[in-house]
Amino acid sequence: MSTEQPLLRLPLGFEYVLPLLQHEGDPAEPVVAVGERVLRGQVIARAEGYFSLPIHAPTSGTVTAVEPRPIPHPSGLLADCIVIEADGLDEEEQSRPAIENPAAVHPSRLRNRLRECGVAGLGGAAFPTHVKLNPTGERQAEVLIINGAQCEPYISCDDMLLRERADEVIAGVQTMLVALDCPRALVAIEADTPEAMAAVDAAIEASKDERIERVMVPTVYPEGGERQLIQTLLGREVPSGGLPIDVGAICHNVGTALAAWRAIHYGEALTERVVTVTGEGVHQPRNVIARLGTPVADLLSFCGGYTGSAERLIMGGPMMGFALSNDQIPVVKGSTCVLAASDTEVVTEKHAMPCIRCGECAEVCPASLLPQQLYWHARDRDLEEAEAYHLFDCIECGCCDVVCPSHIPLVQYFRAAKTEIWARQQERQKSELARRRYEERQARLAREAEEKKRRLEEKKASLAARKKGDKEVKSEIDAILSRVKARRQQDSGEKGD
Amino acid sequence: MIEAVLTLSGLAAAFGLVLGFAAVRFRTEGNPVADQVDALLPQTQCGQCGFPGCRPYAEAIANGEADINQCPPGGEATITALAGLLDRESKPLNPENGEEAAPTVAVIDEDVCIGCTKCIQACPVDAILGAAKQMHTVIESECTGCDLCIEPCPVDCIDMVPRRQDIGDWQPPFPDEIPQWQNKQ
Ligand code: SF4
Ligand code: SF4
Ligand code: SF4
Ligand code: SF4
Repeated sequence: MSTEQPLLRLPLGFEYVLPLLQHEGDPAEPVVAVGERVLRGQVIARAEGYFSLPIHAPTSGTVTAVEPRPIPHPSGLLADCIVIEADGLDEEEQSRPAIENPAAVHPSRLRNRLRECGVAGLGGAAFPTHVKLNPTGERQAEVLIINGAQCEPYISCDDMLLRERADEVIAGVQTMLVALDCPRALVAIEADTPEAMAAVDAAIEASKDERIERVMVPTVYPEGGERQLIQTLLGREVPSGGLPIDVGAICHNVGTALAAWRAIHYGEALTERVVTVTGEGVHQPRNVIARLGTPVADLLSFCGGYTGSAERLIMGGPMMGFALSNDQIPVVKGSTCVLAASDTEVVTEKHAMPCIRCGECAEVCPASLLPQQLYWHARDRDLEEAEAYHLFDCIECGCCDVVCPSHIPLVQYFRAAKTEIWARQQERQKSELARRRYEERQARLAREAEEKKRRLEEKKASLAARKKGDKEVKSEIDAILSRVKARRQQDSGEKGD
Repeated sequence: MIEAVLTLSGLAAAFGLVLGFAAVRFRTEGNPVADQVDALLPQTQCGQCGFPGCRPYAEAIANGEADINQCPPGGEATITALAGLLDRESKPLNPENGEEAAPTVAVIDEDVCIGCTKCIQACPVDAILGAAKQMHTVIESECTGCDLCIEPCPVDCIDMVPRRQDIGDWQPPFPDEIPQWQNKQ
């Protein structure tokens, strides 16, 4: 329903809230002070290390705070954010020149540019794109898969983007092929989005690029998941605990391809994205282009505001998304969708019943797991067993939840079990470190005590030597030494007892 | 000739056996049970168990000189793990040793610190940095929260605060730990 309206850009707002962590990896480090004026595209927080991304100002204005604010996260906790008050001028910083001919430069230069521009996976996970375009390991990238299949019902931002800006997406795919040194790309489109398909076909035609091919995939949830897509398109199975590159594939989202193109061709930083605003709780469901940092409330009021049936706000889709505690939470790089859901649209607290071992859940699991077994072990907190049943292969798609006739919140169990295992591993590492430091300290203390004793004895000996004069020195020292020796022997004799 | 060879190899075998037995029977260093116990202790090194650190407590348990319910930082989880390892009944924490509490770390008020180095001497894991007459500071990631530095500080400038929770450390709860879910069952 959100695809009936054209893609529109949200008008400028008054305040933007930019969390320092909007991507997978380490949070960015602020480089602006309160009161400073910033321009659109200016770096306001720099990347900390390779596995991190900078954050850019989404519009021109003044930094009014660097403080903890609510961010889009299932915990509802606060995290550090930079707050910018817009001045309405939307002045842009032009500091990154276009890379005119991407095919002629070294791939590392393209990756650096993507990192400078803060490009992250826009399909939801917000994995830094430069990392994903630099696969390490044995295998070369054989095929680049551009994911135009939505990974959840309701979300349509990729569909809309393809309909309206397919040419830029295809240009992005071409640069990604260069950055990856990869011979071939498949653009996966869902069967029920004919407009997007036509637009992509036209764009590929216009590009005259034979490396790029459009493929159709069935509209079956969770087709948009990487592993499922690779299975469908290539018939290759990504090994448990492995990555797509292990079977020679790399997946990127269509929005990411577009952002990559703009970063390389215009030097444009990632400061906006397409967000689906939908659900029975909003008057005019549609896709909008919103600046990062825009409060969710602005998106909803732009789409006609809440209807009476809005029950809860969800970021992401109905299956894998999470509830937002209020509507002042900002749009971030990974925000695909804001769902103002009525009570029929989300699986709210239904009456959960005991598992009847019907096996429905195993039937639908796209990762071929046995959710029922995982559930029993998670419930008994037998986490080793859960791991043995490949808990970590669960993609948290929620398919098992939906079919379970007993309405058991299976995914919640799996998510909790995974985090518990990670937390225990961290705890173990921490105590391992403490043990090592304790042992090192014990060893050091012993060494120091020994050292002290030795110095004391030397001092005594030399003092005595000075008093008695040189002649007697030698015999005196000998005497002392033999006394010491005797005492030592005696000591060790006592210890031995 | 053949007898000589047989006798000699027989002797060699006999001595080998004796030596092997001695090695097992009269083993002096390393205590595998203590190692296993030590691996389950939280390594806070706080001494609340009545021993000067986790390792000595582990040895005491291995030698049957201490019970398994004396470590407050480890709490119930550690007791359960120890009971499993030693094949014994789990039991509640001995209240004489203290109470299980949320993890903390030490912070030094650097404006008040006089640089006396007393806390450094007390810290079992060398988590405090500083030199004489210079202000000291705690390396947060290495502090085990053992409290041992509080007492020796002459100007009382060390506080224990809850270990900081990053958003990345957040753990979603198990559904059966959410009260409303239990009510519905
Ligand atoms: S959420 Fe359920 S259906 Fe989906 S992968 Fe995990 S176990 Fe399988
Ligand atoms: S679908 Fe639900 S009731 Fe059926 S086996 Fe799976 S967990 Fe049990
Ligand atoms: S009480 Fe303290 S010293 Fe004793 S075992 Fe537990 S953590 Fe280690
Ligand atoms: S800093 Fe204090 S509380 Fe932390 S480990 Fe050292 S002595 Fe214990």
